[in-house]
Amino acid sequence: MRVCRCSDPHPGALEMIMDIQDPSMAGNRRAFLQRAGALTLGASAAGLFADRPAIAAPPKFRSDVGVIQTALALEHEGIAAYRLAGKSGLLSKGTLEVATIFMGHHEVHRDSLAKLVSQAGAKPVEPKSDAQYVADLNLASLKSEKDVVALATTLEHGAASAYIGQISAIRDPKLANLFASISADEALHWTALNAAGGGQIPKSAYVFG
Amino acid sequence: MRTPLGWTLQLVGGASAVLLAASMHARPSIAVDDVAAGQMLYQGKCTGCHSVDTDRIGPRHRDVVGRKVATVPGFNYSPALKKVGGVWTPARLDQWLSGTQKMAPGSRMYIEIDDPTQRRQLIAYLKSISKPH
Repeated sequence: MRVCRCSDPHPGALEMIMDIQDPSMAGNRRAFLQRAGALTLGASAAGLFADRPAIAAPPKFRSDVGVIQTALALEHEGIAAYRLAGKSGLLSKGTLEVATIFMGHHEVHRDSLAKLVSQAGAKPVEPKSDAQYVADLNLASLKSEKDVVALATTLEHGAASAYIGQISAIRDPKLANLFASISADEALHWTALNAAGGGQIPKSAYVFG
Repeated sequence: MRTPLGWTLQLVGGASAVLLAASMHARPSIAVDDVAAGQMLYQGKCTGCHSVDTDRIGPRHRDVVGRKVATVPGFNYSPALKKVGGVWTPARLDQWLSGTQKMAPGSRMYIEIDDPTQRRQLIAYLKSISKPH
């Protein structure tokens, strides 16, 4: 398996913690980020996955830029969740490998979506700071691998459903196809995580959406 | 075979249901079944972007019913939603969930829930996590 080293794109994370407003939570968040910073994730699966075939009709996407930006924000959050949790030291080797692969999927999604936004003449939405993601996702509350898997399971289910929910707002069929494909990736992630966490297979149809 | 995590989740789910049912005694105007169904729908349809107590892609939902539109402190709302004005009532939430882009074209949320029962259940859940009005 080919892997590539990746550097932390947020080297100032520990300093960013000073911006957190709630002093009662600052200690937990600092501890989480310190754990995250203490280990290097070591491998990124982004290079493992070939880009999806390019969608080459930028002007048609202009009316869909808002939807794409919302999806891009979702991908930024997913990447941050996997990166920070992956570097926290809470994950075993096997789980970390899977998390890294899933993070790579999200990075490919991010790149596809950001490219479309740029091609449409807009500025792709930027990720938030690590400290903000720690607060938003309550990452400081994660104390074990089980906690991380449970959070990731929830986020992946939400992401798969969010993509499906947004498809009806998309005007370009090719973009709708891309969203469906990304949603399927998120559903794959959810299925693996749900099984790893001992969750049941849903008995009702239409699990997402 | 159920793993320890599976048992834990089941226990947590059971405890949540008990707490939810208990809280409904204080809110006789909300149907318990609708709240429970709404909570399930919320987990499926909303948690990709929203949380109850923190701002993420979208703003937090605690106390959304009765809150002035686009007023969670520090959240970066779209100009389109800022223009809407007024307060989130159950009726306005129903309109919003029917089609966010119809109510506020250019806002950053894209969802259309056609089923009025699902909208009612979601709103019942949102009401259950808001201060009584």
